[in-house]
Amino acid sequence: MTPTTPPLQADDTILAVDALRLFYGDSPALHGVTLAIPRRQITAFIGPSGCGKSTLLRCFNRMNDLVDGVRIEGDVRFEGRSILGAALDVNLLRKRIGMVFQKSNPFPKSIYENVAYGPRVHGTTRTGELDSIVERSLKSAALWDEVKDRLRASALGLSGGQQQRLCIARAIAVQPEVILLDEPCSALDPVATAKIEDLMLELKKDYTLVIVTHNMQQASRVSDRTAFLYMGTLVEYGRTDELFVKPREKQTEDYITGRFG
Amino acid sequence: MKPSPHPPTAPTKRPLSGRAFAWLCGGALGFNLLLVIGQLALIAWNGLSYFWPHDLVEFVRVDGTRRLGEVHARERFRPDGHDATLELPWRVQVKGANRELTGTDFEWLDVRDVARSSTPANAIHVERLEWGNFHGYLGEVRRGDEVLASGGAAWPALEALIERKHEARAAIAELEQGDFGDVNYELEQLRLAPQRREIDADQARQDASFVELSERIAALRTALDAETAHFITADGRESVQTVGAIVHALRPNELATLARLMIWAKRLLAFLVDEPRESNTEGGIFPALFGTVLMVFLMSVAVVPLGVLAALYLREYARQGLLVRIVRIAVNNLAGVPSIVFGVFGLGFFVYGIGGTIDQLFYAEALPQPTFGTGGILWAALTLALLTVPVVIVATEEGLAAVPRAVREGSMALGATKFETTWRVVLPAAAPGMLTGVILAIARAAGEVAPLMIVGMVKLAPALPVDHHAPFVHLDRKFMHLGFHIFDVGFQSPNVEATKPLVFATALVLLVLVVAMNLVAIRLRNRLRQRYASSAV
Repeated sequence: MTPTTPPLQADDTILAVDALRLFYGDSPALHGVTLAIPRRQITAFIGPSGCGKSTLLRCFNRMNDLVDGVRIEGDVRFEGRSILGAALDVNLLRKRIGMVFQKSNPFPKSIYENVAYGPRVHGTTRTGELDSIVERSLKSAALWDEVKDRLRASALGLSGGQQQRLCIARAIAVQPEVILLDEPCSALDPVATAKIEDLMLELKKDYTLVIVTHNMQQASRVSDRTAFLYMGTLVEYGRTDELFVKPREKQTEDYITGRFG
Repeated sequence: MKPSPHPPTAPTKRPLSGRAFAWLCGGALGFNLLLVIGQLALIAWNGLSYFWPHDLVEFVRVDGTRRLGEVHARERFRPDGHDATLELPWRVQVKGANRELTGTDFEWLDVRDVARSSTPANAIHVERLEWGNFHGYLGEVRRGDEVLASGGAAWPALEALIERKHEARAAIAELEQGDFGDVNYELEQLRLAPQRREIDADQARQDASFVELSERIAALRTALDAETAHFITADGRESVQTVGAIVHALRPNELATLARLMIWAKRLLAFLVDEPRESNTEGGIFPALFGTVLMVFLMSVAVVPLGVLAALYLREYARQGLLVRIVRIAVNNLAGVPSIVFGVFGLGFFVYGIGGTIDQLFYAEALPQPTFGTGGILWAALTLALLTVPVVIVATEEGLAAVPRAVREGSMALGATKFETTWRVVLPAAAPGMLTGVILAIARAAGEVAPLMIVGMVKLAPALPVDHHAPFVHLDRKFMHLGFHIFDVGFQSPNVEATKPLVFATALVLLVLVVAMNLVAIRLRNRLRQRYASSAV
């Protein structure tokens, strides 16, 4: 959509996936996916339910580790270094690659404590520093003006859209390089969705965003690149404007025109 | 058009309608409520009316003999050879006093034998330190042979004197429990530490103060017992009472309702804060109240970490499999083990096992006198902690299970470790569930008596487990407990009929105590819930 999308160059790649195969127990979920995600752009993963797009996303911050019986082959490289090795500090990786979930999941704490949680975990304890991180993060997530008078109120009192932006603020607070968004708007109404989309376009200036979405309009509205996955296979990956206007693959065309899925 | 035999709108008849079932459920609930309220009302009425200053009624029998006492009960009865056509006659149960003169407290009076009855204003009800109550009429007050007051002046003089005796008794008690107790304590310490160098000098000094204090106390006691009150009982006998042994004296018949109410409140308060007398059948219940509260508190302190940590491992760390399922079933079944079994275990494990070892290692100088190797409040609390730990585990596990997986993932996705996630997010969110467990544990522990009888609870403890001697809290001491107090007062005392109201009053206190402790825990839980505004549990 955005005509200024630059062509993908090797040194712009922040995350590289190389022949990635993933199994839940014995059943395969990804059959050898290879793609490269560019820095400071929005990359969207689309595809029907169960195609493996969320699984792929969760490989980037090793959230699949939390699921019993997951086996991974192939490689994922972050800034050129493999992140699948046992020696990797997963907690540090997750600090650098943040995540926002499908359903907003604020902690049962105050708004302030939600945002300050990440910095606290990573060792920031000074109140003044935390205050400024909280303010900056909430401002970045376009939530500051709505909550600045009730930072000590429970986060669970916020509306669904506000909660999701709070989760984005929480992710930003640890100053990640990449933010993974797993269907962040699927539980929101169009107005809240629009706000999140605006926010993503704003965040693109500083962060690399990877979004999984069921909503093809959303993918075409916000993303620079789109990957279409089907049955655990990467069918097509390219610039969003090209993929939506002139898909190379028949399957992609069928899916984005609503013939299936 | 032919009308159909069953129009579609007609309701079908069913044997048991939903409405009847709803009534059945409502009825069951109503019955339960009735039972609870009835129980509370019965206990409260019987317990609280004990403290009310009742009228003293003087009955004059046809044969001229007199009886002074409170009307305790009134009923119709069937005398021997009663003519069935006639109405049954009344009889009244009189609760008298003067145990040392009459031997009995209660007496049934056939109303037909009573010529007249009256409530004389000058009838006096005396509460004594020994021998129970005394009823009679005041003649004079003497010091030795000297008459201090007589006739109309005797009563005000006695009242004033009793007031002064209160202070005198308090002064003696302070000496005995304070200074005298300190000296005794020091002497005991010296006896137990024969290897100490300065022992001779110390011993001599303490011995001297022991003698000096003994003399002072003896002098005070002589002064306390100097005055006597000379009474005449209803049946005309003279009785001399030492004023120093009188707790309270009042003329109930001349009191207005408000004055009675104040005396009622005073007696109720005294019941709560006084030491028991006359092998628990009189006086207050303070040591039992204190023992119960402290024991439950210690139990909570022990059970919360134990139960919460165990539940955390079961729910958060252990691999969910057959073994964990078996452990969980075993924990649940542990809650069903009869409590006396826990008592036996506590005796064998805590008292003889751990306590005996502690004695050998740290209190060897006191042996064969056991310190921790005998029942004590610590062992009782730990035994009850074992008894209630399944409740805490189950409730905590439920609280943990109710914390959504999404919240845990949110924390992990920010780079928090599993421990940080558990500590900072999961545990606070599960805190209300844990408190539910603590509430249930307290409710169970406060009412438990059987296991305590063999791990440190006693009928009469010589000292509270807390005093001003270092280390202030003496966990090795034996303690009194309201539950056992009820049993002891109601069924182990020589005069069961007279102590029946005390059973109700003590039961009421136990009930109120459990409710109060639960309310505190519930308040805390609600505050936590508000703070975290979590939907969990």
